[in-house]
Amino acid sequence: MNFFLLSLIKAAVVAFVLLTTLAYLQWVERKVIAHIQVRLGPSRVGPHGLLQPLADVIKLISKEDLIPPYVNKFLYLFAPFLAITMSLLSISVIPFGGEIHIFGDSTWMQLADLNIGVLVILAISSMGVYGIALAGWASNNKYSLLGGLRSSAQMISYELPLSMAVAAPLLLANTLSLRHIVLQQSGYYLGFIPRWSIFQGPMPQIFSFVIFLIAAFAETNRIPFDLPEAENELVAGYHTEYSSMKFAAFFMAEYANMVTVCAMTTTLFLGGWLPLWPASGGSSFVPTAIFLFAGAISLYHGLNPARKKDRITLPAVAVVFFLIAVLFLIPAAQAALTPLFWFAAKTGALLFIFIWIRGTLPRFRYDQLMAFAWKFMFPAAILNLLVTGLLVALFS
Amino acid sequence: MDVILFLIFAVIAVVCGINVVVQSHPISSAISLVGVMGSLAVLYLLLGAEFLAAAQVIVYAGAVMVLFIFVIMLLNAGGEIRHGRSIMAQVLGIPLLFAFLGLMAFFVQRLFPSTALVHFGAFQHGGAQDVGRALFTRFLLPFEVISVLILIAILGAVVLARKELE
Repeated sequence: MNFFLLSLIKAAVVAFVLLTTLAYLQWVERKVIAHIQVRLGPSRVGPHGLLQPLADVIKLISKEDLIPPYVNKFLYLFAPFLAITMSLLSISVIPFGGEIHIFGDSTWMQLADLNIGVLVILAISSMGVYGIALAGWASNNKYSLLGGLRSSAQMISYELPLSMAVAAPLLLANTLSLRHIVLQQSGYYLGFIPRWSIFQGPMPQIFSFVIFLIAAFAETNRIPFDLPEAENELVAGYHTEYSSMKFAAFFMAEYANMVTVCAMTTTLFLGGWLPLWPASGGSSFVPTAIFLFAGAISLYHGLNPARKKDRITLPAVAVVFFLIAVLFLIPAAQAALTPLFWFAAKTGALLFIFIWIRGTLPRFRYDQLMAFAWKFMFPAAILNLLVTGLLVALFS
Repeated sequence: MDVILFLIFAVIAVVCGINVVVQSHPISSAISLVGVMGSLAVLYLLLGAEFLAAAQVIVYAGAVMVLFIFVIMLLNAGGEIRHGRSIMAQVLGIPLLFAFLGLMAFFVQRLFPSTALVHFGAFQHGGAQDVGRALFTRFLLPFEVISVLILIAILGAVVLARKELE
């Protein structure tokens, strides 16, 4: 098949899946936080509120698109565009799976494998700061300006420990291409401990993983580092003056950054699409088992319904789960889908941690945030990098 | 393809460069400067220096210019107020500019006479490994000297900041 046609199809599929994930990530977040706080969460639009993202999109599109008269018009319109573009762009270098063969053609489950892949993601995320900073300035509003200032200071400060934490696993991998970083983590110690960066000798990157994750929370402006949009101090921070789709652009950018940063953590530290234990130990049947289990639970709750309409919806969900479980048993589909399953499972687990922490931790004070970045995270990241460098130089 | 991309981004770089000077508001100038840095990164990429391109975006367009914009926003600097300009600058400015550019071109040609034409895609050693090897073998001394220089600058900044506190 033509290279351009194949790339176009891949780009379309990735864009569709990513945008759907963004919409439903918001539903997942609202549901999980609701259950943490012993509430129900969205439950009116569709079964279990599953059509809520669609309703939100319709609401945001049909709202009045207000441009306040006192803003700097060009930058005010440019900032959300910049934020959403930069956050959607970095997914293009993330590898989702290994090589697959379709219709006599073989292709990698990745849009572009660059030999500076890691640097490209860092460069794109450093450009994303402009979206937020300029939105805060162009709004011509003191709350927005304070939000923009806080976010640029925070992102500059946390980008240093983030980059230092990224550098340590790169020393083990000896490459900057994300695909080769994953391939380099394949194999198992003693036949069952995966050679992922967080377990890999001579220096397991567990500290680097924790530092990267904490810095990632700050880079994506999530609780407990969400000072740029602290609503009890700054109304809504940098997007106070934005309405309709321009507000949605910032919202989507935040979720897209979350997905990217989790996908990057998976790739760098958790072995990307590689399974938890070798296929000879039956790891290819994990997706089937999980979907069978989920289907059985749905069927059980459908037969003993808590609400009246569960009698119809939950068995339907169970049938879908069983069909997916069977799909994972077909050899051709299994080879292509199992890597995707492992990648999605790891990324999804990290995304769940993001949401879980949002439901658990209170917000930092501003001086605590800065002191933590410069006095703890940065020295710890440098120390970890030095020790890793020394051990790699001595033992390999 | 390469030539078309070069022309597009060279024009963007020049227009943004002129815009840095022409704009009266510091934020607009700073954003134009980001545009210059970004298009320079694309030109590096076209010449085969991919590591340099990424470093250009991360360090200059990403870190340095964000700090610039941060300071401008923090000081809440307003637009520039233009006073009456001298007649000399208005009359002689443009001829002198062209004379200066001509002199520069002349001296560059005299200093580097045997420069070969640039071919897009001819240079293959711009990856991270090649840059690292060059920095730690051929250019080790300049590299270390520059790092000491930066360390001195950091120390100077710390000393200045302490003085203000007392």
